[in-house]
Amino acid sequence: MFETLSLLALQQYWWAIVSLLGALLVFLMFVQGGQTLIYTLGKTDTERTMLVNTLGRKWEFTFTTLVTFGGAFFASFPLFYSTSFGGAYWVWIAILFAFIIQAVAYEYRSKPANFLGKRTYEIFLFVNGALGTLLIGTAVGTFFTGSQFSVNKMNLTNISDSTISRWEAPFHGLEAVLNMQNVALGLTVFFLARVLGILYFMNTINDDAIFARAKKQLIYNAAPFLVFFLFFLGSVLMSSGFAYDAATMQVSMEKFKYLHNLLAMPLVLIVFLLGVVLVLWGIISSAITVSTKGIWFSGLGTVLTVFALFLVAGYNHTAYYPSTYDLQSSLTIENSSSSHYTLTAMSYVSLLVPFVLAYIFYAWKSINNKPIDAQEMQEEGHVY
Amino acid sequence: MENFDYTLIDWSRAQFALTAIYHWFFVPLTLGLAFIVAIMETIYLRTGKEEWKRITKFWMTLFGINFAIGVATGIILEFEFGTNWSNYSWFVGDIFGAPLAIEGIMAFFLESTFIAVMFFGWNKVSKQFHLLASWLTAIGASLSALWILVANAWMQNPVGMRFNPDTARNEMENFWAVLFSPVAVNKFLHTVSSSYVVAAIFVIGVSSWYLLKKRDVLFAKRSIIVASVFGLVMAIFMIFTGDGSARTMAKYQPMKFAAMENLQTGRKNAPLVAVGILKTRENDEHKREDFMFKFEIPDMLSYLAFLDPNAFVPGITDLIHGNEAQGIIPYKNKMEKGKVAIDALREYTLAKKANNEAKADSALTVFRANYEGINAQGEKERYFGYGYISSENQLIPPVQLTFYSFRLMVGLGFVFIILFILMLVSVIKNKLENRRWLQYLGLWTIPLAYLATQAGWIVAEVGRQPWVIQDLMPTMAAVSHLESSSVMITFMLFAILFTALLIAEIKILSRQIKIGPKEGGR
Repeated sequence: MFETLSLLALQQYWWAIVSLLGALLVFLMFVQGGQTLIYTLGKTDTERTMLVNTLGRKWEFTFTTLVTFGGAFFASFPLFYSTSFGGAYWVWIAILFAFIIQAVAYEYRSKPANFLGKRTYEIFLFVNGALGTLLIGTAVGTFFTGSQFSVNKMNLTNISDSTISRWEAPFHGLEAVLNMQNVALGLTVFFLARVLGILYFMNTINDDAIFARAKKQLIYNAAPFLVFFLFFLGSVLMSSGFAYDAATMQVSMEKFKYLHNLLAMPLVLIVFLLGVVLVLWGIISSAITVSTKGIWFSGLGTVLTVFALFLVAGYNHTAYYPSTYDLQSSLTIENSSSSHYTLTAMSYVSLLVPFVLAYIFYAWKSINNKPIDAQEMQEEGHVY
Repeated sequence: MENFDYTLIDWSRAQFALTAIYHWFFVPLTLGLAFIVAIMETIYLRTGKEEWKRITKFWMTLFGINFAIGVATGIILEFEFGTNWSNYSWFVGDIFGAPLAIEGIMAFFLESTFIAVMFFGWNKVSKQFHLLASWLTAIGASLSALWILVANAWMQNPVGMRFNPDTARNEMENFWAVLFSPVAVNKFLHTVSSSYVVAAIFVIGVSSWYLLKKRDVLFAKRSIIVASVFGLVMAIFMIFTGDGSARTMAKYQPMKFAAMENLQTGRKNAPLVAVGILKTRENDEHKREDFMFKFEIPDMLSYLAFLDPNAFVPGITDLIHGNEAQGIIPYKNKMEKGKVAIDALREYTLAKKANNEAKADSALTVFRANYEGINAQGEKERYFGYGYISSENQLIPPVQLTFYSFRLMVGLGFVFIILFILMLVSVIKNKLENRRWLQYLGLWTIPLAYLATQAGWIVAEVGRQPWVIQDLMPTMAAVSHLESSSVMITFMLFAILFTALLIAEIKILSRQIKIGPKEGGR
């Protein structure tokens, strides 16, 4: 089935898969957003325990999606893996540290003799929530603004210094925070995660006090989210982008490239607009009514919007990981992908994804069929 | 050659070793305890006795504590291939990336979905579905081990691929050859079976502590029965898979095999050194180890390696200097061929850029002839990676560490079998409560189990140095272009954080064990 597809079709298919995983990851970062609100929304120990526990039943999905996103990127576009991870070292290491400390925080937080104290694990959760979202958003911002690196496969034949991908900025990725567009995307993801976290709490916790505080916080976080999102979107659509010639593979700057991409791909534009509307509807309906379903609208909207943005970054002859140091080193889905054989083999594996989603949905439903309340926290055998 | 930043390479290796060692403190227990818990829950469902539910829930609590830190220390390993081994990621990403992605899609989601049902589903799903979730968690954990071990095995024995000079990387040609290579099959089976043994010893050790304290006796004895049977079966299986691993090593990684045995000069009817003490001789053409003392089993090494007591087993000097009679070409020749291949690749790339097809074709022919060849045994052998090597001595792994680690691992493996048998017999004959020495042995075998499993990885990974991909890429050619100070700082950060988390885990586990099963492990 997949064998008959062209290499370009497989590259596009895998860019869509990676984009979908990235989009799901951003949605699932409601866990991270929620973690930054534990002390804002929870004023008593029981309230905080409810907040932590409702997040604690989902944190592994975010974590697993991140790992799968990394694995899929490695398998399908290994040159990105070697260039970005090996180059923007400090950014990725900081992100990894933020996730390492999260993985133990839930399980160890309330356990006796936990060495570092309950408060430390709660700080771990906050740091993961704040840094994880901010840095991932900022790092993804460079997909539109570019980074300073060079790629030269001839280096492999230099036996004393054979590294192909080299970062040409001394701070190894930290310089991304000097670009306002990158930071704006980082802050967008941070506040979006908080908005999604709030909507998730409203949906899964049966507690009037938490609900009232969450509703108030929804406005406080939705406002900066919209400001930063509109700033990022406006600046990206109005700026020049990194285009490449399909015949020569030469990369050049093109005015309004990302706006052109949206207009050139009407389906992507529709997905994008639908996503934005759903995100807004989720927020507005939760703010002005007693609805608890906002997470579903905003969640789906987030997936669609982020998915469309990734497609804008990589489709229509666009360099998805541009180099401002050497334009011709920029990574495109065509020059950074795995071979036809590997993409084909991986495509068969991707057919498992619907099955995986189905059992995740079934398992979630089986243990989450009613909202968490204070009574359950006292009765439940396993509490974080 | 002198331009290689060996400080960077050493720190990068140290960081990978550190993070891998920490990760491997937790993974074996996760892999094995998941199955032990599933078995215990199956007994609970079969018998309907609440005592078995109590037993299941207690071990499940310990499983959860250990699982979390296994996840925490695992994420870095996946991304470290990119952060610290950038060249590696491109050179073999086409092959190596696939198992990692499949691991995420097939295994991690299975594990993370059903572990939530395991912990939060007791009162929310049917007993049968809960049991299914426990088994699926266990299967998911071992499946995740399968894919990463397939990836690791491919580094030890790269198969199913072809080098593409246009992309300057190796590309997969046969997925099934990668998945079912004999090294991968043996590595997976040996690693998971040894992990199950570690978990069985953990359960026995903790249960022995209860017996020493004369509390929760019935709980402890029942746990010991399950763990002993599980451990014994897996330990026997481990011996066979270990034997298979050694044979594939002798075939595909003869230097590692020679280093593991400290076989300096190859010979027919090679004996196996069961016990030995080494002494380094420095004033030689290459650093070599002599035996101060050894106890040998005649012909055994030849038999174990090739199932033939008369078979020739190459030694370190045969591999370095070559052995014409056995068809082994010297490393020097391989290094020359490797350099020719690298030069030809450069010529090919330049000719392609200049659109000089004739020159490109001729360079490609030279490249193909020197990239790999067929040895006297009819097996494919590669030369490309040798082009990055400046001295034959770089091709000898640390012999002492490999030699002692192997003996430690094997020796302890037999100790574990004896422990399982003694425990099982004693508990069946109802004599375990009176045998305090055996209870102490059970308790103190826990650290030995961890020592043995780490020793196994030292043999596998230290023994294959300097290769990150056998014969194709040495570590110095695989490393990212970073400042050594950056990697040194992250090494320190990982060391501090992981040590703190390890202490936290041990303290939490110890407290939960002290609280005991009566509280349901809470």
